[in-house]
Amino acid sequence: MIGKTGLLRRLAWLVVLTGILIAVAVEPVSAQQPTPSDDDVNRVAKQMYCPVCENIPLDVCPTQACAQWRELIRLKLSEGLTDEEIRQYFAEQYGDRVLDVPPARGLNWLVYVLPPLFIAGGVWIVARVFRSMVKPSAENAGASLETTPTPSVAEDPYVAKIEEELRRREREGG
Amino acid sequence: MLANIGFGVLVVSFITSLYGIIASIIGVRKNSLAWVESARKAMQITFPLITIVALAIILLLVTGQYQVQYVYNVTSSTMPLYLKITALWGGQSGSLVFWAWLMSAFTTAVTLRKWERDREFLPWVILVGLVTLTFFLSLILFFENPFVRFWVTAAGNQVISMFPPAGAAPLIPADGRGLNPLLRHPGMIIHPPMLYLGFVSFVIPYAFAVAALVTGRTDDRWIRITRRWTLVAWLFLSLGLVLGSRWAYDVLGWGGYWAWDPVENAAFMPWLTGTAFLHSVMIQEKRGLFKRWNMILIILTYALVIFGTFLTRSGVLSSVHSFAQSAIGPMFFGFIALSMIFSVWLLIWRWQILHAEGNMHSLLSREALFLLNNLLFMGILVVVFWGTVFPLISELFTGQKVTVGPAFYERSTGPLFAALLLLMGIAPLSAWGHSTVKTLGKALWKPALAALAVVIAAFAGGIRNGWALFGFLLVSLVIFITLFEYFRGVTARRRRTGEGWLAALFNLMARNRRRYGGYIIHLGVVLMALGIIGIEMFQTETQGTIPPGGSLRLGRYEVTFTRLDIFDANDGRNVARATVLVSKDGRMVGELHPRRDLYFDSMQPMTIPGVRSTIEDDLYVLLVDWQPISSTGVTFKVFHNPLINWLWIGGFVFILGMLVAAWPDKDPQPVPVAVRRGQAIPSRSSGD
Repeated sequence: MIGKTGLLRRLAWLVVLTGILIAVAVEPVSAQQPTPSDDDVNRVAKQMYCPVCENIPLDVCPTQACAQWRELIRLKLSEGLTDEEIRQYFAEQYGDRVLDVPPARGLNWLVYVLPPLFIAGGVWIVARVFRSMVKPSAENAGASLETTPTPSVAEDPYVAKIEEELRRREREGG
Repeated sequence: MLANIGFGVLVVSFITSLYGIIASIIGVRKNSLAWVESARKAMQITFPLITIVALAIILLLVTGQYQVQYVYNVTSSTMPLYLKITALWGGQSGSLVFWAWLMSAFTTAVTLRKWERDREFLPWVILVGLVTLTFFLSLILFFENPFVRFWVTAAGNQVISMFPPAGAAPLIPADGRGLNPLLRHPGMIIHPPMLYLGFVSFVIPYAFAVAALVTGRTDDRWIRITRRWTLVAWLFLSLGLVLGSRWAYDVLGWGGYWAWDPVENAAFMPWLTGTAFLHSVMIQEKRGLFKRWNMILIILTYALVIFGTFLTRSGVLSSVHSFAQSAIGPMFFGFIALSMIFSVWLLIWRWQILHAEGNMHSLLSREALFLLNNLLFMGILVVVFWGTVFPLISELFTGQKVTVGPAFYERSTGPLFAALLLLMGIAPLSAWGHSTVKTLGKALWKPALAALAVVIAAFAGGIRNGWALFGFLLVSLVIFITLFEYFRGVTARRRRTGEGWLAALFNLMARNRRRYGGYIIHLGVVLMALGIIGIEMFQTETQGTIPPGGSLRLGRYEVTFTRLDIFDANDGRNVARATVLVSKDGRMVGELHPRRDLYFDSMQPMTIPGVRSTIEDDLYVLLVDWQPISSTGVTFKVFHNPLINWLWIGGFVFILGMLVAAWPDKDPQPVPVAVRRGQAIPSRSSGD
């Protein structure tokens, strides 16, 4: 059985604990930012997508669900979260698809790595093509025309015109 | 009755195209002209047949036959007549019919040309055209029949089928669901046909490429025959892309013109390979190089055309464009795979005879720079393709879908586009065969100086964004080089002929349309680039909720809300229309009416911006939300889009250039052979 003094002591502890809890709860409120503007909200929402309205950025999506998300962003901003923290919050809640670009981890690395690799491969192929195909023109190499079957047409306008004329006739014939 | 007729003719079209395939194969195997001619006739008959199918659908749409499922899905009694007609391509099955109809028109047109010199190509061109057409007809017939109807059985169940189940009666809904509101825009009426025209006309050069591979006639004949077809395909595809951008700007209400949406990318990818092909074929024509590469490019373009249609029609990648979804995806996938396997096999088979007929002599020659241009186009293609399909791959392997948004594409393709602009400036100055740093530098320094002056002026005018200044440098460089090329050509012509400036300009272009049309296209591209730099680098926006009389400021602009009217329009929508006054630097410049339409039949909203357009910028106002006026007021989103209209002006110039380049030549006149050293050769060549 608890005595009167014990009861009072417990009540006192309860009051102190409640006070601490309220202080903890109220502390963030005292640290709240002024109400974020629509522009603040859109700055974050622009980099996010609603999973329902696929391929429509959150800042312009007209649905009610997206309007609620924007209000949630406003709330999070008012709680002092940074843009990145808010994006992470939504990604944890709803999956990575809410982010405008996949986070660079796991399989997602492929989206960033493969295109540069392909382009590098293309550069390598083009370089090989250049190396294998580029032969100096007869004039530059000091060689005879026989060694370079396709001399530069730019070198002799007369030859260029004749060649062009012959090609034109062939085209017109077709 | 009309639905039955349409369906019957559809079946006949399918059988006819199948017959054409068989006849052309027999014609080749037996080397029989009669069979090939029969196949040609079969192909030509498909056009009037599919025309009847399309007309039957249009009649059903116009007369409001809502017992037909397609009519019910895409029309309603409140829609105006022109929208009922264009609803032919407003849904899945109608779109496929429209695709097949255009395809039959193009393939029929190609069979009407003179084939005397290319008789060996004919059966293969027919075969490729008809296989593609038959594939689409099979999709329509077996998966997306536009003539299926609603029935109610004796037990009271609703059934959708072509023919009535035993004892069933027609079920006729009182009204249809109406066309998707996003499709009720003039831009969207023209945009899909342009894209489809671009798609189907790229089938023609592919068919000739296959014919060249199969017959082993791999010189540049097939390229010369298809040059104009390719230009026409490119013209329509480009027109489709520009119109699509304008539609997005006007209707989607996000203040931009291009969202890198998967379906936008689907149309953009064949455009990239098609553009690379257009440049690359010139190398083969002029220098006999890159025959293999040209084959690869046209095969890729064809595959991407089918892939693009697959993305648009299958709904495999969810997007704002995926209005119609169905189970035709596996069929498409199978067709793409088979056509790729067949094309690659042909390519490998003929690899050895596709050797180059010459060499490159200089890394700065035009052919070398065109090769670099192709590399850049392929780089952009890889980025766009990978970004488009990666969400699917991620979902397939991890079960989690991801979003690959504009930020990825813009960062990845930005440097590649900048390099393309630079090449666009330099390449026209280099010569076929051989160029040196000295010759290029000599041609380049004057335009480069002028471009530098523009950048200095922009800097002095207060622009401090380094990337924007770099963009302005590239844009001005290409503009000055292009104008300089025109100036050189016109002055040379005037010297020779004594013509006036305008006559010399006209005749210069008329006698070398390909070259000077190409320059106009380049000019269009850089003007578009100017608009893109403006909106990408300098766009600003603000959003706020304001009561009547309240204002929002954005830069030098102030938007003042005066009133909001909410009313029912007589075409089945509820309209919320705001009136705002716009002032710039304190001076009233106009009144805008941003609005939100809610379509009753589909219960879909549509946000239409109020836009004040000038050559300098757009002020783009969206009505975002509204509460009873007595409480909080109306929420507006305001965008300031500098230079955006240069995007549309550039698009117009671009199309003009393509028309110049693709305009058909007159019938050739006999030219006396008078080639003596020192005597000018009369030239009406399409040039380079």
